[in-house]
Amino acid sequence: MTMKWSQWALVAGALAIPAMVNAMPPTPAMLSNACAGCHGVHGASAGPSMPSLSNQSKVAIVEAMKKFKSGERPSTVMGRLAKGYSDADFEAMGEFFAKQKIHFTQQTLDAAKVAKGAALQEKNCQRCHLEDGKEGKDDSPVMASQWLPYMQIQMDQYLSGKRKMPEKMAEKVKPLSKEELDALLHFYASVKK
Amino acid sequence: MTLDRRSFIKMIGGASTAALAGCAGAPAVSSGAAAELMPKSSGRRVVVVGGGYGGTIAARYVRMLDASIEVVLIERNKEYVSCPFSNYYLGGLIKDLSPLTIGYDKLAANHGIKMVYAEVTGIDPAAKVVTTNSGTLTYDRLILSPGIDFRNEEIEGYTEEASHVMPHAWKAGPQTIALRKQLLDMRDGGNVIISMPLVPYRCPPGPYERTCMIAHYLKQHKPKSKLFLLDANPDVVAKKPLFMKAWNTYYKDIVSYVPAKKVTKVDAATKTLFVEGIEDHKADVVNFIPPQRAGHIAVAAGLVGEDKKWCPVNATTFESTLHKGIHVIGDASIAGAMPKSGYSANSEAKVCATNVVALMNGKETVELSGINVCYSAINDHESISVAGVYKVADGKIIGVPNSGGISPVDFSQTKLEHIYAESWLKNILTEMST
Repeated sequence: MTMKWSQWALVAGALAIPAMVNAMPPTPAMLSNACAGCHGVHGASAGPSMPSLSNQSKVAIVEAMKKFKSGERPSTVMGRLAKGYSDADFEAMGEFFAKQKIHFTQQTLDAAKVAKGAALQEKNCQRCHLEDGKEGKDDSPVMASQWLPYMQIQMDQYLSGKRKMPEKMAEKVKPLSKEELDALLHFYASVKK
Repeated sequence: MTLDRRSFIKMIGGASTAALAGCAGAPAVSSGAAAELMPKSSGRRVVVVGGGYGGTIAARYVRMLDASIEVVLIERNKEYVSCPFSNYYLGGLIKDLSPLTIGYDKLAANHGIKMVYAEVTGIDPAAKVVTTNSGTLTYDRLILSPGIDFRNEEIEGYTEEASHVMPHAWKAGPQTIALRKQLLDMRDGGNVIISMPLVPYRCPPGPYERTCMIAHYLKQHKPKSKLFLLDANPDVVAKKPLFMKAWNTYYKDIVSYVPAKKVTKVDAATKTLFVEGIEDHKADVVNFIPPQRAGHIAVAAGLVGEDKKWCPVNATTFESTLHKGIHVIGDASIAGAMPKSGYSANSEAKVCATNVVALMNGKETVELSGINVCYSAINDHESISVAGVYKVADGKIIGVPNSGGISPVDFSQTKLEHIYAESWLKNILTEMST
């Protein structure tokens, strides 16, 4: 019996497969470790304009990545990067970062603003940014100990309309002055344990 | 008395030096029979060569993933100066190289990595032995992150001495300082040449960023001066529309981009470059960046491929296709679509470490998922970027289709990217040094 070329190719392919087969698809750690160059090891950021992702809620990460990918959330590199991943990848990354211990940032903050912000958040924000921002309702992000410069950039984008504010957030934010909003961010940045 | 690990290593280092000195007078002992530097402390050992963007991360992640594996990191210098952002110094954006300089003490202490400060002089892939100038080390797996060396022999008249007269500044440190000093000493109205090689070379956007940074300095301090970028390539090879716009917008009177000028000969005495042996270009300050290949140790160990320049590797494990048990990451490797950048080296190191640990434990390896993010400053408050996501297809590393790319050409994000770039540096250097 003679084999056709295509059959030979099949046999050769079958022989070649065992060498290829033992690499499993990228794991959550494989996907997420690649982010650490910018976001810190396990998402514990050392760069003030770069958000920590450690202990962030899974839903918040998945939603953020989807919005980066679609362009709904403005970004610089994040939109370009998000386009390289599937929804399943986002879920895997979300799970990975949600499992990491919270990273307590070391930042210089204005104590008066922190105090003012504490009162404001209790009145305005704590129904979604639960437990002093240590948890988030639905896709509300965890805010506790997040970098102030990062949050200030985001707030600027909300106020300028570049980033769309959730309706419930807009209701609370609109009556507040810029100083009050900055105090709020100081409070969240200050939250430890 | 208890010894901490560092003094222990020092002691071992000292002992082996003494042993070598003892051998010096005995002709029967060849240099190949150097004393063993550090006996294996456990059953399994990974040796990492090179403490830069790739090697530090590989060492760290092997230990993070499996603390039962002994990791020895061999590096010739006590401090490492980052190439990324070293153009900031040439532009005067930072006053010295200290923000770019890291040591290894914290990394070693936090992760139980054993540091050996020595020069690797040879690798025996069959015996699994690394030879250094202070003794030998055995390994189960070796991760090489040796960076680049220069193909000096391709440039007539280019010597070690010429590299001091016309600094390449393509390895950060004294070379960067030498180039900056020449710029500071130059008269207003002087000419500067940057000469860059054909692809592939370390850091594709680097020479173009450098053009912006030097022009930024000249514009402020020596506005009558001119800067010529002699590109061996037929066109700008990275972030083209962004760099072209930056030069046209900010440095029109200073920068001339001259493509397809491959320098084949230099004369250091007159600071002259010869293009294809015919045209000559002379300047007050010459930044000659020679063509490159994998760091010499990779060449010496027979790890470079048919091109005699770079190391072919498996796209999942970064194991050399030429020698089993040796993995090559960073600029020295042929990593498919991933560029020769610091961030790529970081990303590759994690993939490599993951799979080295998997292989040593008889576990399934994991397919690569990689990222590159690279910022280039165009002046003291604006930066541009390129980003990419990588995966493996048909045994090759490719860019994930329809992802990645460069900053918008309208420069609407340049100020924000300049701020993000600083956090990039902070995070990546923290990961390397803690």
